[in-house]
Amino acid sequence: MTDAGDPTTDGRTAESAVLTSDATWCDRCGADATAGPHPGCATARVLEPPRYCGHCRRRMRVQVLPVGWSAVCVEHGERRG
Amino acid sequence: MPEILDQARTQVLGDGVGLDQAGVLAVLTLPDEHVPAALQLAHEVRMRWCGPEVEVEGIVSLKTGGCPEDCHFCSQSGLFTSPVRSVWLDIPSLVEAAKQTAATGASEFCIVAAVRGPDDRLMKQMREGVAAIRAEVDIQVAASLGMLSQEQVDDLVEMGVHRYNHNLETCRSYFPNVVTTHSWEERWETLRMVRESGMEVCCGGILGLGETVEQRAEFAAQLAELDPHEVPLNFLNPRPGTPLGDRPVVEGKDALRAIAAFRLAMPRTILRYAGGREITLGDLGTRDGLLGGINAVIVGNYLTTLGRPATDDLKLLDDLKMPVKALSATL
Repeated sequence: MTDAGDPTTDGRTAESAVLTSDATWCDRCGADATAGPHPGCATARVLEPPRYCGHCRRRMRVQVLPVGWSAVCVEHGERRG
Repeated sequence: MPEILDQARTQVLGDGVGLDQAGVLAVLTLPDEHVPAALQLAHEVRMRWCGPEVEVEGIVSLKTGGCPEDCHFCSQSGLFTSPVRSVWLDIPSLVEAAKQTAATGASEFCIVAAVRGPDDRLMKQMREGVAAIRAEVDIQVAASLGMLSQEQVDDLVEMGVHRYNHNLETCRSYFPNVVTTHSWEERWETLRMVRESGMEVCCGGILGLGETVEQRAEFAAQLAELDPHEVPLNFLNPRPGTPLGDRPVVEGKDALRAIAAFRLAMPRTILRYAGGREITLGDLGTRDGLLGGINAVIVGNYLTTLGRPATDDLKLLDDLKMPVKALSATL
Protein backbone atom coordinates (compact mmCIF):
# COMPACT_ATOMS: atom_id res chain seq x y z
CA MET A 1 0.00 0.00 0.00
CA THR A 2 1.35 3.45 -0.85
CA ASP A 3 0.21 7.01 -0.68
CA ALA A 4 -2.63 8.11 -2.90
CA GLY A 5 -1.02 9.52 -6.00
CA ASP A 6 2.17 7.49 -5.58
CA PRO A 7 2.74 5.64 -8.84
CA THR A 8 4.76 2.93 -7.11
CA THR A 9 2.88 -0.25 -6.43
CA ASP A 10 5.53 -2.48 -4.93
CA GLY A 11 8.23 -0.07 -3.77
CA ARG A 12 10.77 -1.63 -6.14
CA THR A 13 10.38 0.35 -9.36
CA ALA A 14 13.41 2.58 -9.62
CA GLU A 15 12.08 5.34 -11.82
CA SER A 16 8.94 5.84 -9.84
CA ALA A 17 10.18 5.04 -6.38
CA VAL A 18 11.67 8.36 -5.31
CA LEU A 19 9.01 10.85 -6.20
CA THR A 20 5.41 10.85 -5.35
CA SER A 21 3.40 12.68 -7.96
CA ASP A 22 3.33 15.93 -6.02
CA ALA A 23 6.58 15.56 -4.06
CA THR A 24 8.85 18.53 -3.54
CA TRP A 25 11.68 16.67 -1.87
CA CYS A 26 13.56 13.50 -2.74
CA ASP A 27 12.41 10.84 -0.31
CA ARG A 28 15.89 9.27 -0.19
CA CYS A 29 18.32 12.19 0.20
CA GLY A 30 15.94 14.96 1.21
CA ALA A 31 17.19 17.35 -1.49
CA ASP A 32 15.05 19.44 -3.80
CA ALA A 33 13.27 17.08 -6.18
CA THR A 34 11.73 19.71 -8.41
CA ALA A 35 14.95 20.76 -10.13
CA GLY A 36 15.48 17.42 -11.85
CA PRO A 37 15.62 13.68 -11.43
CA HIS A 38 17.79 11.93 -8.87
CA PRO A 39 18.88 8.86 -10.82
CA GLY A 40 21.30 7.68 -8.13
CA CYS A 41 18.61 7.91 -5.49
CA ALA A 42 16.09 6.23 -7.76
CA THR A 43 18.43 3.30 -8.27
CA ALA A 44 19.23 3.05 -4.58
CA ARG A 45 15.57 3.24 -3.61
CA VAL A 46 14.91 -0.11 -5.24
CA LEU A 47 16.64 -1.60 -2.20
CA GLU A 48 15.82 1.07 0.37
CA PRO A 49 12.68 2.44 2.00
CA PRO A 50 12.07 6.20 1.85
CA ARG A 51 13.66 8.27 4.60
CA TYR A 52 12.30 11.78 3.98
CA CYS A 53 8.76 12.94 3.49
CA GLY A 54 8.43 14.09 -0.11
CA HIS A 55 6.01 16.80 0.92
CA CYS A 56 7.80 18.48 3.83
CA ARG A 57 11.33 16.99 3.95
CA ARG A 58 10.88 15.76 7.51
CA ARG A 59 12.80 12.62 8.38
CA MET A 60 10.27 9.84 8.72
CA ARG A 61 10.08 7.07 11.31
CA VAL A 62 10.74 4.01 9.19
CA GLN A 63 10.23 0.40 10.18
CA VAL A 64 11.51 -2.25 7.81
CA LEU A 65 9.82 -5.64 8.12
CA PRO A 66 10.76 -8.97 6.53
CA VAL A 67 8.12 -8.20 3.96
CA GLY A 68 7.55 -4.50 3.32
CA TRP A 69 8.12 -1.32 5.25
CA SER A 70 6.26 1.52 6.93
CA ALA A 71 7.33 5.19 6.90
CA VAL A 72 5.56 7.74 9.04
CA CYS A 73 5.70 11.51 8.70
CA VAL A 74 4.24 13.30 11.70
CA GLU A 75 2.60 15.81 9.36
CA HIS A 76 1.65 13.75 6.31
CA GLY A 77 0.94 10.33 7.71
CA GLU A 78 2.09 6.84 6.81
CA ARG A 79 3.35 5.28 3.60
CA ARG A 80 3.72 1.55 3.18
CA GLY A 81 5.59 -0.44 0.64
CA MET B 1 45.79 -26.25 -10.25
CA PRO B 2 47.24 -23.89 -7.59
CA GLU B 3 49.01 -25.66 -4.78
CA ILE B 4 46.67 -24.20 -2.15
CA LEU B 5 43.67 -25.85 -3.78
CA ASP B 6 45.43 -29.21 -3.90
CA GLN B 7 46.27 -28.80 -0.23
CA ALA B 8 42.68 -27.81 0.58
CA ARG B 9 41.28 -30.79 -1.30
CA THR B 10 43.22 -33.13 0.96
CA GLN B 11 43.08 -31.21 4.21
CA VAL B 12 39.64 -29.58 4.13
CA LEU B 13 37.57 -31.80 1.88
CA GLY B 14 39.27 -35.02 2.90
CA ASP B 15 39.92 -34.48 6.59
CA GLY B 16 37.55 -31.65 7.51
CA VAL B 17 40.37 -29.48 8.81
CA GLY B 18 40.04 -25.82 7.84
CA LEU B 19 42.78 -23.76 6.22
CA ASP B 20 44.89 -21.55 8.46
CA GLN B 21 45.42 -17.82 7.94
CA ALA B 22 48.17 -18.30 5.35
CA GLY B 23 46.03 -20.76 3.44
CA VAL B 24 43.04 -18.41 3.49
CA LEU B 25 45.26 -15.60 2.20
CA ALA B 26 46.43 -17.84 -0.64
CA VAL B 27 42.80 -18.42 -1.66
CA LEU B 28 41.94 -14.74 -1.33
CA THR B 29 44.76 -13.87 -3.71
CA LEU B 30 44.11 -16.51 -6.34
CA PRO B 31 44.18 -15.21 -9.92
CA ASP B 32 40.75 -14.73 -11.48
CA GLU B 33 41.05 -17.84 -13.63
CA HIS B 34 41.29 -20.06 -10.55
CA VAL B 35 38.30 -18.59 -8.70
CA PRO B 36 35.82 -21.06 -10.28
CA ALA B 37 37.96 -23.98 -9.10
CA ALA B 38 38.08 -22.53 -5.59
CA LEU B 39 34.32 -22.13 -5.56
CA GLN B 40 33.82 -25.67 -6.84
CA LEU B 41 36.05 -27.05 -4.10
CA ALA B 42 34.30 -24.95 -1.47
CA HIS B 43 30.98 -26.30 -2.70
CA GLU B 44 32.24 -29.87 -2.40
CA VAL B 45 33.43 -29.10 1.13
CA ARG B 46 30.07 -27.65 2.06
CA MET B 47 28.21 -30.64 0.60
CA ARG B 48 30.45 -33.14 2.35
CA TRP B 49 30.62 -31.54 5.80
CA CYS B 50 27.29 -29.69 5.97
CA GLY B 51 25.02 -31.39 3.46
CA PRO B 52 22.75 -29.99 0.77
CA GLU B 53 20.25 -28.19 3.04
CA VAL B 54 20.13 -24.42 3.13
CA GLU B 55 19.10 -22.69 6.35
CA VAL B 56 16.67 -19.86 5.72
CA GLU B 57 16.31 -17.00 8.18
CA GLY B 58 14.41 -13.76 8.45
CA ILE B 59 15.45 -10.80 10.57
CA VAL B 60 13.71 -7.79 12.00
CA SER B 61 14.75 -4.70 13.89
CA LEU B 62 13.03 -4.45 17.27
CA LYS B 63 14.70 -1.16 18.08
CA THR B 64 16.02 0.88 15.18
CA GLY B 65 18.42 3.81 15.24
CA GLY B 66 19.68 6.02 18.03
CA CYS B 67 22.55 3.69 18.92
CA PRO B 68 25.28 5.28 21.09
CA GLU B 69 28.05 3.29 19.38
CA ASP B 70 30.06 4.52 16.40
CA CYS B 71 30.35 1.47 14.13
CA HIS B 72 31.44 3.36 11.04
CA PHE B 73 29.39 1.27 8.59
CA CYS B 74 26.11 1.59 10.47
CA SER B 75 23.29 3.95 9.61
CA GLN B 76 21.73 3.32 13.02
CA SER B 77 24.41 5.11 15.01
CA GLY B 78 23.08 8.22 16.67
CA LEU B 79 26.51 9.81 16.25
CA PHE B 80 26.31 10.22 12.47
CA THR B 81 24.14 12.33 10.19
CA SER B 82 22.28 9.31 8.88
CA PRO B 83 18.61 9.84 8.01
CA VAL B 84 17.61 6.77 10.05
CA ARG B 85 15.40 7.78 12.98
CA SER B 86 14.84 5.87 16.18
CA VAL B 87 11.78 3.63 16.20
CA TRP B 88 10.54 0.68 18.27
CA LEU B 89 8.54 -2.24 16.95
CA ASP B 90 5.49 -3.23 18.99
CA ILE B 91 4.82 -6.84 19.98
CA PRO B 92 1.92 -7.52 17.58
CA SER B 93 4.06 -6.27 14.68
CA LEU B 94 6.97 -8.40 15.88
CA VAL B 95 4.77 -11.49 15.89
CA GLU B 96 3.48 -10.59 12.44
CA ALA B 97 7.08 -10.31 11.21
CA ALA B 98 7.80 -13.77 12.61
CA LYS B 99 4.73 -15.10 10.80
CA GLN B 100 5.89 -13.49 7.54
CA THR B 101 9.26 -15.17 7.99
CA ALA B 102 7.80 -18.57 8.85
CA ALA B 103 5.60 -18.37 5.76
CA THR B 104 8.74 -18.48 3.60
CA GLY B 105 9.67 -21.84 5.09
CA ALA B 106 12.38 -20.26 7.24
CA SER B 107 13.42 -22.05 10.39
CA GLU B 108 15.09 -19.02 11.99
CA PHE B 109 13.84 -15.62 13.04
CA CYS B 110 16.36 -13.18 14.49
CA ILE B 111 15.30 -10.20 16.58
CA VAL B 112 17.83 -7.38 16.38
CA ALA B 113 18.25 -4.15 18.33
CA ALA B 114 20.59 -1.24 17.65
CA VAL B 115 22.09 -0.84 21.09
CA ARG B 116 25.42 -1.11 22.89
CA GLY B 117 23.72 -3.70 25.05
CA PRO B 118 20.17 -4.26 26.22
CA ASP B 119 18.68 -2.24 29.07
CA ASP B 120 15.77 -3.35 31.24
CA ARG B 121 13.20 -1.97 28.82
CA LEU B 122 14.64 -3.91 25.91
CA MET B 123 14.93 -7.12 27.91
CA LYS B 124 11.29 -6.76 28.95
CA GLN B 125 10.29 -6.22 25.33
CA MET B 126 12.31 -9.29 24.37
CA ARG B 127 10.73 -11.42 27.05
CA GLU B 128 7.22 -10.47 25.95
CA GLY B 129 8.07 -10.70 22.27
CA VAL B 130 9.75 -14.09 22.40
CA ALA B 131 6.91 -15.52 24.47
CA ALA B 132 4.34 -14.18 22.01
CA ILE B 133 6.21 -15.61 19.03
CA ARG B 134 6.68 -19.00 20.65
CA ALA B 135 2.96 -19.10 21.43
CA GLU B 136 1.88 -18.36 17.87
CA VAL B 137 4.64 -19.17 15.41
CA ASP B 138 6.52 -22.37 14.70
CA ILE B 139 10.02 -20.97 14.31
CA GLN B 140 13.32 -20.82 16.16
CA VAL B 141 14.06 -17.45 17.75
CA ALA B 142 17.51 -15.90 17.68
CA ALA B 143 18.60 -12.52 19.02
CA SER B 144 21.17 -9.83 18.40
CA LEU B 145 21.19 -7.20 21.12
CA GLY B 146 24.79 -6.13 21.40
CA MET B 147 27.04 -6.81 24.35
CA LEU B 148 25.54 -8.78 27.21
CA SER B 149 26.07 -9.26 30.92
CA GLN B 150 26.06 -12.79 32.30
CA GLU B 151 22.64 -12.15 33.81
CA GLN B 152 21.29 -11.12 30.41
CA VAL B 153 22.79 -14.20 28.79
CA ASP B 154 21.01 -16.34 31.38
CA ASP B 155 17.75 -14.45 30.81
CA LEU B 156 17.88 -15.05 27.05
CA VAL B 157 18.45 -18.76 27.61
CA GLU B 158 15.47 -18.84 29.93
CA MET B 159 13.33 -17.08 27.32
CA GLY B 160 14.15 -19.82 24.83
CA VAL B 161 16.44 -17.87 22.53
CA HIS B 162 18.46 -20.63 20.92
CA ARG B 163 21.10 -18.64 19.00
CA TYR B 164 22.77 -15.32 19.67
CA ASN B 165 24.33 -13.14 17.00
CA HIS B 166 27.18 -10.86 17.87
CA ASN B 167 29.43 -10.03 14.95
CA LEU B 168 33.09 -9.26 15.41
CA GLU B 169 32.62 -7.32 12.15
CA THR B 170 36.28 -7.38 11.12
CA CYS B 171 39.62 -8.69 12.26
CA ARG B 172 41.14 -7.67 15.56
CA SER B 173 43.89 -5.56 13.99
CA TYR B 174 41.46 -3.47 11.91
CA PHE B 175 38.62 -3.17 14.40
CA PRO B 176 39.81 0.13 15.96
CA ASN B 177 39.51 1.70 12.49
CA VAL B 178 35.84 0.75 12.39
CA VAL B 179 34.64 1.11 15.98
CA THR B 180 36.07 3.31 18.74
CA THR B 181 33.35 3.20 21.38
CA HIS B 182 34.05 -0.38 22.39
CA SER B 183 36.70 -2.98 21.74
CA TRP B 184 36.98 -6.20 19.80
CA GLU B 185 37.81 -7.90 23.10
CA GLU B 186 34.53 -6.74 24.65
CA ARG B 187 32.69 -8.39 21.79
CA TRP B 188 34.73 -11.54 22.24
CA GLU B 189 33.78 -11.63 25.93
CA THR B 190 30.07 -11.62 25.08
CA LEU B 191 30.66 -14.43 22.60
CA ARG B 192 32.46 -16.43 25.27
CA MET B 193 29.53 -16.10 27.66
CA VAL B 194 27.04 -17.01 24.95
CA ARG B 195 28.97 -20.16 24.09
CA GLU B 196 29.23 -21.23 27.71
CA SER B 197 25.49 -20.72 28.16
CA GLY B 198 24.67 -23.35 25.58
CA MET B 199 23.16 -20.94 23.08
CA GLU B 200 24.45 -21.35 19.56
CA VAL B 201 27.01 -18.71 18.61
CA CYS B 202 26.40 -16.70 15.47
CA CYS B 203 29.33 -14.45 14.60
CA GLY B 204 30.46 -12.97 11.34
CA GLY B 205 31.17 -9.60 9.90
CA ILE B 206 31.33 -7.25 6.97
CA LEU B 207 33.79 -7.30 4.11
CA GLY B 208 34.72 -4.09 2.36
CA LEU B 209 35.27 -1.86 5.39
CA GLY B 210 38.70 -0.87 4.09
CA GLU B 211 40.53 -3.87 5.46
CA THR B 212 43.42 -5.31 3.48
CA VAL B 213 43.25 -8.76 1.98
CA GLU B 214 45.69 -9.87 4.67
CA GLN B 215 43.30 -8.57 7.31
CA ARG B 216 40.47 -10.41 5.61
CA ALA B 217 42.48 -13.60 6.03
CA GLU B 218 43.20 -12.66 9.64
CA PHE B 219 39.47 -12.27 10.21
CA ALA B 220 38.68 -15.69 8.76
CA ALA B 221 41.31 -17.27 10.99
CA GLN B 222 39.95 -15.51 14.07
CA LEU B 223 36.43 -16.67 13.27
CA ALA B 224 37.72 -20.20 12.77
CA GLU B 225 39.34 -20.02 16.20
CA LEU B 226 35.99 -18.95 17.68
CA ASP B 227 34.32 -21.83 15.80
CA PRO B 228 30.82 -20.34 15.69
CA HIS B 229 27.77 -22.36 14.75
CA GLU B 230 26.99 -19.75 12.10
CA VAL B 231 28.95 -17.08 10.24
CA PRO B 232 26.88 -14.38 8.54
CA LEU B 233 28.87 -12.83 5.72
CA ASN B 234 27.96 -9.25 4.87
CA PHE B 235 29.34 -7.06 2.12
CA LEU B 236 29.46 -3.34 2.83
CA ASN B 237 26.45 -1.47 1.52
CA PRO B 238 27.74 2.09 2.01
CA ARG B 239 25.13 4.05 3.93
CA PRO B 240 24.65 7.79 3.45
CA GLY B 241 25.85 9.86 6.36
CA THR B 242 28.16 7.22 7.82
CA PRO B 243 31.97 7.49 7.83
CA LEU B 244 32.10 4.63 5.31
CA GLY B 245 29.31 6.07 3.19
CA ASP B 246 31.62 6.81 0.26
CA ARG B 247 33.52 3.53 0.20
CA PRO B 248 33.27 1.45 -2.97
CA VAL B 249 31.39 -1.82 -2.83
CA VAL B 250 33.36 -5.06 -2.86
CA GLU B 251 34.10 -6.37 -6.34
CA GLY B 252 32.04 -9.44 -7.18
CA LYS B 253 35.09 -11.61 -7.84
CA ASP B 254 36.60 -10.62 -4.50
CA ALA B 255 33.35 -11.44 -2.75
CA LEU B 256 33.32 -14.88 -4.34
CA ARG B 257 36.98 -15.43 -3.39
CA ALA B 258 36.03 -14.57 0.19
CA ILE B 259 33.09 -16.97 0.19
CA ALA B 260 35.30 -19.81 -0.98
CA ALA B 261 38.09 -18.86 1.44
CA PHE B 262 35.80 -18.60 4.47
CA ARG B 263 34.24 -21.97 3.63
CA LEU B 264 37.67 -23.54 3.31
CA ALA B 265 38.61 -22.05 6.70
CA MET B 266 35.42 -23.32 8.36
CA PRO B 267 34.21 -26.47 6.64
CA ARG B 268 31.41 -27.26 9.10
CA THR B 269 29.93 -23.86 9.91
CA ILE B 270 26.67 -22.43 8.63
CA LEU B 271 27.96 -19.78 6.20
CA ARG B 272 25.15 -17.35 5.59
CA TYR B 273 24.58 -14.76 2.93
CA ALA B 274 23.64 -11.61 4.84
CA GLY B 275 23.48 -7.96 3.82
CA GLY B 276 24.97 -6.38 0.73
CA ARG B 277 24.93 -9.38 -1.59
CA GLU B 278 22.36 -7.74 -3.84
CA ILE B 279 24.63 -4.84 -4.76
CA THR B 280 27.93 -6.73 -4.59
CA LEU B 281 26.97 -9.91 -6.40
CA GLY B 282 23.62 -9.40 -8.07
CA ASP B 283 21.52 -12.36 -9.15
CA LEU B 284 24.26 -14.26 -10.97
CA GLY B 285 26.80 -13.82 -8.21
CA THR B 286 24.27 -14.88 -5.61
CA ARG B 287 23.91 -18.14 -7.50
CA ASP B 288 27.69 -18.55 -7.75
CA GLY B 289 28.04 -18.12 -3.99
CA LEU B 290 25.42 -20.73 -3.28
CA LEU B 291 27.44 -23.05 -5.48
CA GLY B 292 30.66 -21.95 -3.77
CA GLY B 293 30.26 -22.62 -0.07
CA ILE B 294 27.23 -20.66 1.13
CA ASN B 295 24.62 -22.81 2.87
CA ALA B 296 22.29 -20.28 4.48
CA VAL B 297 20.50 -17.12 3.47
CA ILE B 298 18.68 -14.21 5.02
CA VAL B 299 15.52 -13.87 3.00
CA GLY B 300 13.36 -10.80 2.63
CA ASN B 301 14.35 -7.43 3.95
CA TYR B 302 17.19 -6.48 6.25
CA LEU B 303 17.14 -4.07 9.20
CA THR B 304 17.11 -0.73 7.42
CA THR B 305 17.43 -1.76 3.77
CA LEU B 306 15.48 -4.05 1.49
CA GLY B 307 16.47 -7.43 0.11
CA ARG B 308 15.36 -9.50 -2.83
CA PRO B 309 11.85 -10.87 -2.53
CA ALA B 310 11.98 -14.12 -0.57
CA THR B 311 10.26 -15.87 -3.46
CA ASP B 312 13.25 -15.09 -5.72
CA ASP B 313 15.68 -16.74 -3.32
CA LEU B 314 13.41 -19.72 -2.74
CA LYS B 315 13.03 -20.21 -6.48
CA LEU B 316 16.80 -20.07 -6.86
CA LEU B 317 17.24 -22.72 -4.18
CA ASP B 318 14.65 -24.85 -5.94
CA ASP B 319 16.44 -24.39 -9.27
CA LEU B 320 19.70 -25.45 -7.63
CA LYS B 321 17.96 -28.44 -6.03
CA MET B 322 19.03 -27.27 -2.59
CA PRO B 323 16.37 -28.17 -0.03
CA VAL B 324 15.42 -25.64 2.63
CA LYS B 325 16.43 -26.92 6.04
CA ALA B 326 13.30 -27.93 7.88
CA LEU B 327 12.48 -26.62 11.31
CA SER B 328 12.52 -30.18 12.65
CA ALA B 329 16.14 -30.51 11.59
CA THR B 330 17.13 -27.61 13.84
CA LEU B 331 15.54 -28.92 17.01
